[in-house]
Amino acid sequence: MSKNALSPVEHIKKRSNYLRGTIVESLADPLTGALAEDDTQLTKFHGFYQQDDRDLRAERTRRKLEPAYSFMIRVRVPGGITTPAQWLALDSLATTHANGTLRLTTRQAFQFHGVTKGNVKATIRRINDSLLSTIAACGDVNRNVMCTPLAETSAVHEAACKVAGELSEHLAPKTRSYHEIWMDGEKVAGTPDHEPIYGETYLPRKFKIALAIPPSNDVDVMAHDLSFIAIEKGGELQGFNVAVGGGMGMTHGEPDTYPRVADIIGFCTVEQVIPVAEHVVGVQRDHGDRTNRKHARLKYTIDDRGIDWFRGALFERLGFELAVPSPFEFRSRGDVFGWANDRRGLWNLTLFVPEGRIQDNGESRLMTALRELAPMHQGDFRLTANQNVIVSGIPDGERESVDRLFREHGVSLLQSLSPLRQQAIACVALPTCGLAMAEAERYLPEFTDKVEELLARHGLLNESISLRITGCPNGCARPYLAEIALVGKAPGRYNLFLGGDAEGLRLNRLARENIDEVAILATLDNLFGRFVRERSSGETFGDFAHRAYFPEALAS
Amino acid sequence: MAAVPNPKIEPPLPGESLQTLRSAVADFDYEQLLWSSGYLAGLARASVAGPLPVAQPAAEAGSDQWVVFYATETGNSRRIAESVAERAGEAGIAAQLQDLREYRPKSLSKVTNALFVVATHGIGDPPDGTEAFFEYWLGDRAPRLEQLNYSILALGDSSYADFCATGQVLDERFRALGARPVVERVECDLDFETPASGWTSSVVEHAAKNAAPQPAQVRAPHLRAVSSRSQYTRENPFLAELVVNQPITGPGSGKDVRHIELDLEGSGLSYLPGDSLGVVPQNPPEVVHSLLDALQLDGASKVTVGGEQLSLAAALSAHREVTVISRPLLEKLAAKHGELQQVLSDRERLTDFFGTRQVIDLFGDYPIDWDAQELVDSLRRLTPRLYSIASSPDANPDEAHLTVAVVQYEQFGRQHWGSASSFLAGGASQVPVFVESNDRFRLPEDGSAPIIMIGAGTGVAPYRAFVEHRREHGHKGDNWLIFGDRNFTSDFLYQLEWLRYRKDGTLTRMDVAFSRDQKEKIYVQHRMKEYGRRLFDWLERGAHLYVCGDAKRMANDTHEALLAVIEDHGGMSREEAIQYVADLKANRRYQRDVY
Ligand code: SRM
Ligand SMILES: Cc1cc2nc3c(=O)[nH]c(=O)nc-3n(C[C@H](O)[C@H](O)[C@H](O)COP(=O)(O)OP(=O)(O)OC[C@H]3O[C@@H](n4cnc5c(N)ncnc54)[C@H](O)[C@@H]3O)c2cc1C
Ligand SMILES: Cc1cc2nc3c(=O)[nH]c(=O)nc-3n(C[C@H](O)[C@H](O)[C@H](O)COP(=O)(O)O)c2cc1C
Ligand code: SF4
Repeated sequence: MSKNALSPVEHIKKRSNYLRGTIVESLADPLTGALAEDDTQLTKFHGFYQQDDRDLRAERTRRKLEPAYSFMIRVRVPGGITTPAQWLALDSLATTHANGTLRLTTRQAFQFHGVTKGNVKATIRRINDSLLSTIAACGDVNRNVMCTPLAETSAVHEAACKVAGELSEHLAPKTRSYHEIWMDGEKVAGTPDHEPIYGETYLPRKFKIALAIPPSNDVDVMAHDLSFIAIEKGGELQGFNVAVGGGMGMTHGEPDTYPRVADIIGFCTVEQVIPVAEHVVGVQRDHGDRTNRKHARLKYTIDDRGIDWFRGALFERLGFELAVPSPFEFRSRGDVFGWANDRRGLWNLTLFVPEGRIQDNGESRLMTALRELAPMHQGDFRLTANQNVIVSGIPDGERESVDRLFREHGVSLLQSLSPLRQQAIACVALPTCGLAMAEAERYLPEFTDKVEELLARHGLLNESISLRITGCPNGCARPYLAEIALVGKAPGRYNLFLGGDAEGLRLNRLARENIDEVAILATLDNLFGRFVRERSSGETFGDFAHRAYFPEALAS
Repeated sequence: MAAVPNPKIEPPLPGESLQTLRSAVADFDYEQLLWSSGYLAGLARASVAGPLPVAQPAAEAGSDQWVVFYATETGNSRRIAESVAERAGEAGIAAQLQDLREYRPKSLSKVTNALFVVATHGIGDPPDGTEAFFEYWLGDRAPRLEQLNYSILALGDSSYADFCATGQVLDERFRALGARPVVERVECDLDFETPASGWTSSVVEHAAKNAAPQPAQVRAPHLRAVSSRSQYTRENPFLAELVVNQPITGPGSGKDVRHIELDLEGSGLSYLPGDSLGVVPQNPPEVVHSLLDALQLDGASKVTVGGEQLSLAAALSAHREVTVISRPLLEKLAAKHGELQQVLSDRERLTDFFGTRQVIDLFGDYPIDWDAQELVDSLRRLTPRLYSIASSPDANPDEAHLTVAVVQYEQFGRQHWGSASSFLAGGASQVPVFVESNDRFRLPEDGSAPIIMIGAGTGVAPYRAFVEHRREHGHKGDNWLIFGDRNFTSDFLYQLEWLRYRKDGTLTRMDVAFSRDQKEKIYVQHRMKEYGRRLFDWLERGAHLYVCGDAKRMANDTHEALLAVIEDHGGMSREEAIQYVADLKANRRYQRDVY
């Protein structure tokens, strides 16, 4: 392909008439469970992905059957907050229209897996009936804006979360095609559709925004295209430090692709947030690389031209310059499990969701427990950036009955989980993710068992260490910010990354390439041994691994 | 037309061409000449544009002339009729073969001597395509037949409740119309060779006694495809290598359907799309064992089958029907177990009995104490099974593909297997096969004629051959397939291929009916009606319509749907629609292969 030729997806967007394409016809084609190829790109903007059960793919082809196509539908959940009624609606859809589980994502959203083509429309309608949506849950647009789910922690949290909601609303696509296709909205003849912010070809690539409120870096603030770090003074929200150009994704064997932590480029006031976001999006829309999707995220736009160019371009559009960033300090990441009180005087219970999937699994009937809790629950349910759920807004008097409910359904309230397991996350990967090269979600519990065994042997079981596994280098579980990360390379084989920091601000590094479990465990075993012997006081495992494994990194 | 064709036909070739032909075949031996005759016949067929010319009504036969009529679907009756005509010819009797499908019913009034070899199909129905004859002669307006001397050989299968029904009703009717049966009707089960040959001897003897000697005459049988010109036949099958045995229903399916590929290289067997492949099975060892257990017999005991000594186990696995129940077997058991009499006398129960039970259920539920020989003597001869060929011979030289639904089920507390389907699916590496040609299920000669193919389940098999064939030959006619089965996800037979054909334009259109994917059952006939307008338009454009698959329900339901579509969209009365369909049939534009 010539260097300047637009990537095929650009043409698809362009001729799609604001994301309509032939989605309606594709859904109606009874001969295949799939969509027409072009439409598979467009439906992402509507919130769903075509997938197939990769466990069955080869065998079905031998049987002269097409792959077992189904769809992953992602629900856009502003702030990660759902009402009990919404929870029940989603729960019931999961059983009637999907594979019986609800996936919690690393961006505080829900996913349904295994929705067949015939059920897609009904599912999306019912999601909308429950006052949630799927629009722009995926696609070359701004995605779900992340923010700490517990707004009620402080006034600063409340104010920041409000900003997140406004941002999300402001940057949502405005095309009428969504309503037209899924809600049988009327086609307004004559008046052309339009997208005030995006234009008809939308962005060159996905775009992600997160807000973090120090000292918690629960959203991995450095991993997003655009992020805002809340700056507080005297219990009031002053504004935000603005960071740009974060991103995780890379491709094996392509050094031009890489994870990148965001650059902090200044400070803005609360009122300036919307214009800043709109113009960052604008710069990316106009300058992002539309010829190569592997090189189209904002991080490359910035690296190609330099951060100074970017600041200049942005300030010019804004008509003002950002102020000097304010100091801040992150002291933690990850979720704090168990009960916590908030400024309403209500209680919040953060539940550990194994592998991020709400389901009944043998003794532990988490899905049923939440389903039974929902009708009695006065508050709401909140999703965290680490695939966990918070039952929020419980009056003091009801704590005990909530505890009992979970206990009765075999849901562990954490007494027994190691810090390693509590923080560990994995992306979905096999069997649904079409890009997966190795197992992740399905492998996480087993791998964690084995690492726990090693830690126990070295007396490190109470050490807080972040572990993340992804099935491929795209980085959906933000692995490059973990202290230990496995990035899938082939079935049973991973690249081992080591040395992220405890706060999630430093990228880890590739330690060993393409190794199997035995080699991974041997490497960790060895390193844990050294850690015990050589760690300096208070040193975290990530910091130790960073200096022990990559001495050259320290030299520079 | 003369009563007897002139044996010394003037060749329609100019002298030179005749010379060329003569020199070309000068060195041929007997086999090669025979083969070439078939080859040339095939060429002749292929060169006839449009539907085959309908044969002239049989001669208004002179008093010594015999007409041998046959009504067939799978070819048995035709083969027997041919051999009757041949033996008559050898005996110096003028005999003329006549396919009932191509016969003007009324002409029978002018015939004095007639032999009928008629099969029963469907549920006690005459073979497809012969309805007009039966409707006319069974109808109220049929004239008397005082002039007619006749005899009937009825073919059937005693595992159907309406055993040999076609032959029976015809016989009764002819008697009622005043015709004279010269030899009593003989009914044959699937092992028809012996009774058929006995009947043939009787009728030939009768004819000879009553005839003045005549020069031997056999009217050439109807032009047939080249396919019959291999040394391998039903009696002498070719041992084909089974090279592919691939399940093609998804893991979650309630059915196990296999795509089977057989290597025909070296057999000289050839076929056309629409033909079936006959498979001579070996019975599943499990079934043989369970029978031996049920009767407490030793598989090693010696029995005599057709004059040969062999072990009981061998006899049961290769020579006897051990799955399908026959009527004589049932009758024999009923003699000891009176309650079976009630089954025999109730058509519904009998149909259900035959449809769901196998031999093992009989012996399990109605114990008997036969010895090895009696067991063997009481079971019917093992008959070959037919499978529609699912491949185009031109796209797959020397191969035949089949689509086989494996019969295996548990009922009445027992495990059951189908004989041939289990043989094919169960790891057989060599399969005795023959080609059963079927001229009633053919693509239009005209490659530009549209076709509509309606099939459920394995009924889709011949369409795979059709579509592949038309694509291979670059035929531009529109192809429309309506396919039905249970579930989209697991039972969409050959889905990937259909999608490919749709994409490359070979399939103009495809509709599917998956009965169990929604609350209401949806079948192919529903799709026919849903797209009735288009269906009728296609027919008006000259489309040929095919139906293949289940005889029990689908054949009827699709027929009814077709009539309804023609009424609705052709603005016709019921009678007019029936006539429209009759015309389609007469023009070979409505062909069915149901089983
Ligand atoms: C569900 C989720 C992982 C999880 O287990 O939680 C996920 C799942 C998928 N991601 Fe992701 N990503 C998810 C968060 C992320 C993150 C983390 C984040 O955003 O904080 C990243 C890294 C940050 C980034 O974008 O750089 C991420 C980077 C990717 C990439 C690489 C993008 C890149 O430009 O480098 C892809 C591949 C692509 O876009 O081509 C991808 C693609 C995918 C797809 C849709 C695969 C595909 O394109 O066919 C995965 C669907 C799998 C499945 O079966 O469900 N996903 N993905 C997360 C959904 C978040 C949400 O609610 O929107
Ligand atoms: C012209 C023609 C074309 C054919 N084409 C095909 C084809 O393309 N593909 C194909 O699969 N078959 C086809 N058949 C049917 C095939 O010939 C066999 O009848 C079928 O495979 C069963 O044979 P079997 O020896 O396996 O079972 P058998 O040993 O004959 O056992 C069948 C017996 O099992 C009992 N039974 C109970 N339940 C069932 C059930 N659900 N299904 C069947 N039997 C049951 C019945 O008593 C039945 O008589 C065709 C038949 C004809 C006449
Ligand atoms: C689909 C189908 C239905 C049949 N129905 C009957 C029937 O109802 N009664 C019967 O006696 N024989 C029935 N038979 C058996 C045939 O009559 C028998 O196979 C006969 O030998 C076929 O002769 P043909 O090859 O000339 O058509 C049926 C056969 C098939 C394939
Ligand atoms: S990281 Fe790779 S394997 Fe995992 S969900 Fe994302 S794209 Fe799929």
